[in-house]
Amino acid sequence: MKDKGKIIVGLVIFVVVLTFPFWYNHGVATQAPEPELTKKAKKADKCVEETAYMRKEHMQILDKWRDTVVRDGKRMYVNANGKEYMASLSNTCIDCHSNKEEFCDKCHDYASVEPYCWDCHTYPEEKE
Amino acid sequence: MDDTRRSFLKFAGISALGLGSVSTLASLMPGSATASDESSAPHYKETKKALTAKRWGMVIDTRKLTPRLCEKMIEACHKAHNVPDHDNERHTVKWIWTDEFEHIFPMKQNEYLAERLKGLPIVSLCNQCNNPPCVQACPTKATFQREDGIVMMDFHRCIGCRFCMAACPYGSRSFNFRDPRPAIEEENDDFPTRMRGVVEKCNFCAERLAEGKMPACVEVSEGALVFGDLEDPNSEIRKVLRENYVIQRKQNLGTNPSVYYII
Repeated sequence: MKDKGKIIVGLVIFVVVLTFPFWYNHGVATQAPEPELTKKAKKADKCVEETAYMRKEHMQILDKWRDTVVRDGKRMYVNANGKEYMASLSNTCIDCHSNKEEFCDKCHDYASVEPYCWDCHTYPEEKE
Repeated sequence: MDDTRRSFLKFAGISALGLGSVSTLASLMPGSATASDESSAPHYKETKKALTAKRWGMVIDTRKLTPRLCEKMIEACHKAHNVPDHDNERHTVKWIWTDEFEHIFPMKQNEYLAERLKGLPIVSLCNQCNNPPCVQACPTKATFQREDGIVMMDFHRCIGCRFCMAACPYGSRSFNFRDPRPAIEEENDDFPTRMRGVVEKCNFCAERLAEGKMPACVEVSEGALVFGDLEDPNSEIRKVLRENYVIQRKQNLGTNPSVYYII
């Protein structure tokens, strides 16, 4: 155990480097962003489903829409209240949520999620 | 010891039987919970205006084709579907295109080909085969056949392996070697574009049929293209097929195209 000192110093450096991201970022976490609604979305009050559900499950519902439209050819979505919507990202969703940067990107950037919808689907033009 | 084992097995057996029968009885009970919330559960359906058929098909009347008309059809289709127009010929993406008679019908050429057909551009598009080789070749089921006969692509699932392109005997499929977006002159917001690395082809305007509209090429064809249900004996397309002698492309391959040609 001649190198006891070196080993301990090495271990300390290793632990410090390993935990660097944790203590460096401690306490500086930014607040979760709040998606902004357009006037049209505010006026409509409710999305195709309840707001809480949409917040949590919008990716699931979009995934289901895409499969049902493309593979089964069923393009109308009837929600729990019997209201009908065209199952279309570029038309139905973007019709109200026409502010992609404020509505989609804000949270996706924060959560480091990179959906590839807009690789193909028409990029909504920023309105309002 | 024997006694306890025996009674344990008896007890276990009767319990299992009891538990099994409870669930069976519950499912036999009328008006159980599952039936009542079905009506209000979210569900999907077809659009009201949708045009439907058992098997969509097309007849192309080459007697009515002119170079100008073909151009018009190609433009209408490629605009509607955001088909890119690349400068490099090797990157060409096409849904509908024209070619000469001997290329469209390679087994039907002869040295005394009718004057009219020499140099005449003949439109060609995906044949929407009834026995599609591309569907069999696709390893991800990105290409599939709908119940109405349309051979569709789910661009979300395409991995760009191009097996379908090798399988298609008509060259109906194109690969996006490059990002198509910069090569699209004017994007149509009603239809998505594709991304680099996926295959694309004609979809018989499935998205227009759902809105109650005829395919884009048929709409501008001035009667040269007839579109309809091949399995409905009273449809216009069947009337045209009854009255004219028609041929299919490379019929001997057994793909059974749904696109017919009047020569």
